[in-house]
Amino acid sequence: MTVDRRWQISLRVLALGYLALLLLVPVALIFYRTFEHGVGAVWDSITTPAAIHAFQLTLEVTAIAVPLNTLFGIVMAVALARGEWRGKGLVNAVIDLPFAISPVVIGLSLILVYGTRGWLGGALADAGVQVIFSVPGIVLATIFVSLPFVVREVTPVLKEVGDEQEQAAATLGAGGWTTFRRITLPSIRWGVAYGVVLSVARCIGEFGAVSVVSGKIAGQTETLTLLVEKRFGNFDLAGAYAASALLALIALATLLAMTAIPGRSPDDLRPSGTVSRRRFATRDVRRSIAAPSHRVRRPASTIRRHTTRAHRETDPPRREEGDT
Amino acid sequence: MSALAVTARSARRSHTGALGLGVATLYLSVIVLLPLSAVLVRSLDGGVGAFWDAVSSRQAVAALRFTLLVSLATAAINVAGGTLIAWVLVRDRFPGKRIVNALIDLPFALPTIVAGLVLLTLYGPRSPFGIDLAYTQSAVLLALLFVTLPFVIRSVQPVLIELDREMEEAALSLGARNATIFRRIVLPNLVPAILSGAALAFARAVGEFGSVVLISGNIPFRTQVGSVYVFKLIESDAPVSAAAVSTVLLLVSLAVLLGIRALGHWGARHDR
Amino acid sequence: MILVERVTKRFGDYVALDDVSLSVPDGSLTALLGPSGSGKSTLLRIIGGLESPDVGSVTIHGEDQTSVAPQRRGIGFVFQHYAAFKHMTVRDNVAFGLAVRKRPKAEIASRVDELLEIVGLAGYQTRYPSQLSGGQRQRMALARALAVEPRVLLLDEPFGALDAKVRADLREWLRKLHDEVHVTTLLVTHDQEEAMSIADQIAVMDHSRIEQVGTPRELYDRPETPFVMRFLGPVTQLGDALVRPHDIALSVEPRAGSFEAQVARVVHLGFEVRTELVLGDGQELAVQLTRGEADELELAVGDIVHVRSTVLPRALATRAPEADALSA
Repeated sequence: MTVDRRWQISLRVLALGYLALLLLVPVALIFYRTFEHGVGAVWDSITTPAAIHAFQLTLEVTAIAVPLNTLFGIVMAVALARGEWRGKGLVNAVIDLPFAISPVVIGLSLILVYGTRGWLGGALADAGVQVIFSVPGIVLATIFVSLPFVVREVTPVLKEVGDEQEQAAATLGAGGWTTFRRITLPSIRWGVAYGVVLSVARCIGEFGAVSVVSGKIAGQTETLTLLVEKRFGNFDLAGAYAASALLALIALATLLAMTAIPGRSPDDLRPSGTVSRRRFATRDVRRSIAAPSHRVRRPASTIRRHTTRAHRETDPPRREEGDT
Repeated sequence: MSALAVTARSARRSHTGALGLGVATLYLSVIVLLPLSAVLVRSLDGGVGAFWDAVSSRQAVAALRFTLLVSLATAAINVAGGTLIAWVLVRDRFPGKRIVNALIDLPFALPTIVAGLVLLTLYGPRSPFGIDLAYTQSAVLLALLFVTLPFVIRSVQPVLIELDREMEEAALSLGARNATIFRRIVLPNLVPAILSGAALAFARAVGEFGSVVLISGNIPFRTQVGSVYVFKLIESDAPVSAAAVSTVLLLVSLAVLLGIRALGHWGARHDR
Repeated sequence: MILVERVTKRFGDYVALDDVSLSVPDGSLTALLGPSGSGKSTLLRIIGGLESPDVGSVTIHGEDQTSVAPQRRGIGFVFQHYAAFKHMTVRDNVAFGLAVRKRPKAEIASRVDELLEIVGLAGYQTRYPSQLSGGQRQRMALARALAVEPRVLLLDEPFGALDAKVRADLREWLRKLHDEVHVTTLLVTHDQEEAMSIADQIAVMDHSRIEQVGTPRELYDRPETPFVMRFLGPVTQLGDALVRPHDIALSVEPRAGSFEAQVARVVHLGFEVRTELVLGDGQELAVQLTRGEADELELAVGDIVHVRSTVLPRALATRAPEADALSA
């Protein structure tokens, strides 16, 4: 469908205008408002002891949640992509839940289990462990909300790569662990990296669930996002903007990292229509909830995207049907 | 056949595989299933009567109804806006497209509280445009549109990229006009992606908290959404009522997830 | 020698192999030939240990391998889509099997260079698979499989993903390579020409069973079932018998056992002249003549001629009716 020039431009203006009003102007404004009173004030407000502690706590929580979810994500992705086992459909559905549930409900659910009147709260209190209104609660909430990212990134990549290379490694004498380390892991590394980037962003930015379980004790259980809210509530607008700008910078770095990961470069985004779908694996995170079977079979041409054009002719797309 | 092949193979190294899967499933259960079942079970701590009282109180009904309506509106606007933006990003060429494309994900990367603060600054009392929407229902809609922006776009974009241009050219050669081609050829192919994107946006909107909490003003019967209402209940130490209202939100999420899965199967069938 | 004895394999309700037995002689190049879905790839994968049989056994060089992991079977396996390790250079791909066996570095290096020389990829050591053509990738995959000095080499449609020209070249090359290396080789293909042109022995498969095993010549000349006859070359029906179009003689005068037919079409293809005839009962018949024969008969459309088989008629249709019904 070839849209004529006039239409093309009006559609473009409409789309970009919508984006500008909703996205670009607001974000630009954070930085403007942040720096309108000078850099010194900003520096002062992000180096107060409370701010430094909030930053440290946020990083600590992220440093616990992301590795755990990454490990879980890789193991689960291999099981989902390579195995047939009972309960797989159910597990697949449960993994998506953190994407679909309100963060406030997530926070509440943790209170109901680990709070003083929760299922395990009494026993934990007797053992001297406080979860709710304490750092362990924040960690649990953060793990919960960021749990699906790595699984959802890695599973489609594993399916796309297929298991032929792993089989080849087995016929060459490589054992299970060697095959995983030398064949499987290298082929999913960018998928893992992408999932990790998304997880980090989510962990740093989580607000709702953490806000319910943290108790917001300054210098103890206050994360960066909670600091923003508290400063706003205390009419310290400049301070809230400064902390927000810091978070927005982290978000922009996230976008940069997402763009920099190979196979995801927007170079792939040409209006031609013959281009890889891999760039969208993250959108497929959401899509995967939507259409788990959509992406299972992809033409191998997307896998061998880096094949030089000269060699393409001798390499017709893989046949789907496959003999017995 | 390859999946079966692997089964044959994994049968031989089953101990490590099964151990890994077992630990992973346990992790998933402790992190996700245990807390969520606590919400469902404890919502009935006060009996069915108390559950019903909690979810049918005037304030709860108003909050839930507003949440569903504003989420539906969000999904509907995303259907149009998201499809349009996806179209422009795939089929149009203009300088800076790469940057625009990368920016689409910003609402996913930006903490929701920051989004709320920014929207309040822009469309609040100190608005540089003089548009003050603070503490109105429109403000809630705006916040939800911001945080759900990427869903439809990122769902439609890959389908549009892979859409066979020859279909459109064939229709063109058969004399179809642009509007007809879009309606009869392009749109039917995009529908599963649009709907699943919209459903995800809807689910996200129903549960959204961070971006809404500042700008909504949290006025009962007017701008209070479900998640904020639950938050207030938790703060006023009414966890059982909070669990009851949460159960309703949970059921909505589950229904949407199931709907999306069904849609996925339907879309996959449609593909063939 | 590879010995497959009474192997049965099911995938759910589907029987992929039904009581199959096969022996592959040492040093031979045997082809498993059959249409898509006949079970040939499954058989190869069972021999390689990538699938395990439900019933039956696999023996390689006298050792029972039925429940041995693929890692320890001493096989080389080549996949249709190369299964190149995309993140490794050509050198690392070929060295992989030796590296996991922890062979000394110097030995690996010299062995890799030697193999790349053999497969014609010398100088490509530092390339990545994505920088190779399909044919080159498949030769790399062969070198990789050969590097570990396998007792048997298993090739699953190795040229299936390549275009016709490259395919024909590689086929020749593989035959020569086999003559040099002499490793017992089993090759899966659905292309009868490929099987006929390189294999010492062919096992024809259909519907999860082996139909017939023999040399290319035996199979072509003495097919035991209509399926084998049809699958290995063109056939036409004369009376109740299946005949190859070049095994039919034409004459102007009637001869013993001949049928009367009318010429419907004559196609000159250089040396070969293809003639389509219609028999008295309306049945169509294709006959392949040389140009000399056709010139001698002065064939023209509408002529009445007499046709007969020049080989002993094989009443195939009555010999294995159920097999015929299946392949129809």
